[in-house]
Amino acid sequence: MGDPIVSFAEFEGSNATAVRIAPGDDARVLLPHLDRLTLVEVTFPAFRDGRGYSSARILRESGYKGTLRAAGDVLVDQVPYMKRCGFDDFAPNAPLDQTVVEKLSGLYPEPYQRTVDGAVPVWKLRHG
Amino acid sequence: MKLLTGNDLGSGDVVWWTGKGWSRNVHEAVDAGDAAEAILKEEEAARRVNASYAVDAGADGLPLHIKDRVRAAGPSVRKDLGVNPEIRLEKA
Amino acid sequence: MYQYDKYDQAIVDARVEEFRDQVRRRMAGEITEDQFKPLRLMNGLYLQLHAYMLRVAIPYGTLSGKQMKMLGHIARKYDRDYGHFTTRQNLQYNWIKLEDTPDILADLASVEMHAIQTSGNCIRNISSDQYAGAAADEVTDPRPWAELLRQWSTFHPEFSYLPRKFKIAVIASAEDRAAMRLHDIGIELVKKDGVLGARIFVGGGMGRTPMIAPEINPFVPAEDLLSYLEACLRVYNRYGRRDNAYKARIKILIHEHGADNYRADVAKEFAHVKTLGLDPPLAEFDRITAFFAAPAFDATAADDLDLSDPDFAVWVDQNVKPHKAKGYAIVNIAVKPTGGIPGDATSDQIDLMADLATAYSFDELRVTHAQNIVLPHVKKADLYAVWQKLNDAGLANANLDLISDIIACPGLDYCSLANARSIPVAQKISERFADLERQRDIGELKLKISGCINACGHHHAGHIGILGVDKKGVENYQITLGGSGAEDVSIGKIMGPGFDENGAVDAIERIVEKYREVREGDERFLDTYRRVGNDVFKEAIYG
Repeated sequence: MGDPIVSFAEFEGSNATAVRIAPGDDARVLLPHLDRLTLVEVTFPAFRDGRGYSSARILRESGYKGTLRAAGDVLVDQVPYMKRCGFDDFAPNAPLDQTVVEKLSGLYPEPYQRTVDGAVPVWKLRHG
Repeated sequence: MKLLTGNDLGSGDVVWWTGKGWSRNVHEAVDAGDAAEAILKEEEAARRVNASYAVDAGADGLPLHIKDRVRAAGPSVRKDLGVNPEIRLEKA
Repeated sequence: MYQYDKYDQAIVDARVEEFRDQVRRRMAGEITEDQFKPLRLMNGLYLQLHAYMLRVAIPYGTLSGKQMKMLGHIARKYDRDYGHFTTRQNLQYNWIKLEDTPDILADLASVEMHAIQTSGNCIRNISSDQYAGAAADEVTDPRPWAELLRQWSTFHPEFSYLPRKFKIAVIASAEDRAAMRLHDIGIELVKKDGVLGARIFVGGGMGRTPMIAPEINPFVPAEDLLSYLEACLRVYNRYGRRDNAYKARIKILIHEHGADNYRADVAKEFAHVKTLGLDPPLAEFDRITAFFAAPAFDATAADDLDLSDPDFAVWVDQNVKPHKAKGYAIVNIAVKPTGGIPGDATSDQIDLMADLATAYSFDELRVTHAQNIVLPHVKKADLYAVWQKLNDAGLANANLDLISDIIACPGLDYCSLANARSIPVAQKISERFADLERQRDIGELKLKISGCINACGHHHAGHIGILGVDKKGVENYQITLGGSGAEDVSIGKIMGPGFDENGAVDAIERIVEKYREVREGDERFLDTYRRVGNDVFKEAIYG
């Protein structure tokens, strides 16, 4: 187990290396501290609330290399989208069906967009 | 009087609770009375119905609300496609 | 027209397989309806009043004869022999079985079509000008831009769980034929110092709070467009309201936050996003553009037309529009027969329109937001033959843009959200004004009917709008006047208390007769209304 996770409110002024952010928290506040962070847990209180996808991408776009965890109401069909946004760890309320996770992960080899997970966008494949 | 309605999960057809199962014909619907909630819960869980709910019905045994009368009758503009196109949309 | 390469095809094929498995899991009870609903919606599958409804995407309203044929085939095989063309340039089937949908999607994929993101809180099908590539007045063909946006928005990982749905329209003419400023993002392609770019409007929409989109950026160069839109969407995804579904559209964010603040937020986000290399190279834009090269028009095609058949002459005058190529014309097929259902076409009619496109219009068709079909490139010499075939199929009503060319949502006959029926009102109005000479004397009059406040029938943008409401369990119809979805965009004003169905039809007739009485010269209804104001018409309606 790593260090204890602090909430976004507790994070400021602390030396915590793991933080939990809620949908309304501004992920950009974490940017000056990315070097010391090893875990950011982004919570999804409801699967329909997609703010966490933006939080994740903002962190990865700014060079965050630690673990990015999606926690809460995370559904199996959302996992591929989340991975493209940089999530690499999942703590769903209900366990994910691993057969489905695997099936989905191989389904879409190339995205249309440049994403933060290192996938090569279709336009890059077309033009090199 | 309470009728139970919903859609068949696979076909999407509008269905009505008959006391034993689900029928496409509203005239086979029965009053579910106090058992409405329990029946819906059980039937949804068994996936014998989808998006189900209880509706108030009038003396004619048909739903009171126009939306459910449309569901029972079929589209008023395509009488050839409804199950019971003769049903009047206005309350009796 | 755009043609898929192996990457496009693989993505659409993958979607079919993904949905097949999702349907299987739903049927097996592995996921609940609540969990399945957003998944099916992102494939355009609704549960409506009578059955499942499938909305098929027709990107920017353009399709080939072969694709149109497939739409007819699906209507025949899986539905009840008809389809419904929508205000978002799509096609809906009303009687679909969940069990059949994976096979239907596979059939669509076989002709490079899909139902991706035709519903759900994501970026919807990109809409555009139905005359794109044919219009005499366009700065450029907007479709390559729309295709670029289609690809960018397809399965966008960050923007698939937005606060609410998101609609984008792209046009390239001063005349707005796509209700551009009533979209979440409206894009008008413009030329500045000889360079093409995008003028960006954000925060328009209809629904219960109609808004006209303010200009957010006067000129975004092509090479920045996707990054700029990415910034627009990210600001919305992060700050759009999620506490109340009725206030979750981007128009509310911009209204509450202010266009200036939103513009500043987007500029800041754009400065960051632009460093990420999200914009494809110009070569990709060129690759897409090449698909939309003008067809091989016959340079010797004659411009003259034999108008000796009076019925044909009326149809040409009303439904045929100027083309940019000499000797060619744009044909509008009004899917608005007198007493018919706006936008509904039978499988046979769909097949016929497909055949006409193949034979006479370089294999191309368009769907318009007014629920009509366009054959964009017809040789003038072929117009008479085309008209005769349309006439035989009941598709030659010469009522384009007239009072019986009504936009109507499906309303309470089909839709689970509706409060009142729309179609019967449209049918009665078109019957009341069946006399074509009278309609043509009235002139351009855009009448639009919605069966609830969600405004799918665009009533806010109708010169005359009709809104169906539920008045203590009884259908009731309110009348609005003065709306426009064109370049003179405006939101209609409610006149007063509503009517029952027949009362509404009578009131429309009184409005029209008042207009005929007070109009000056060849003034359109809308211009008369704007000149004389509400009171004259209120008096006519209620006096």
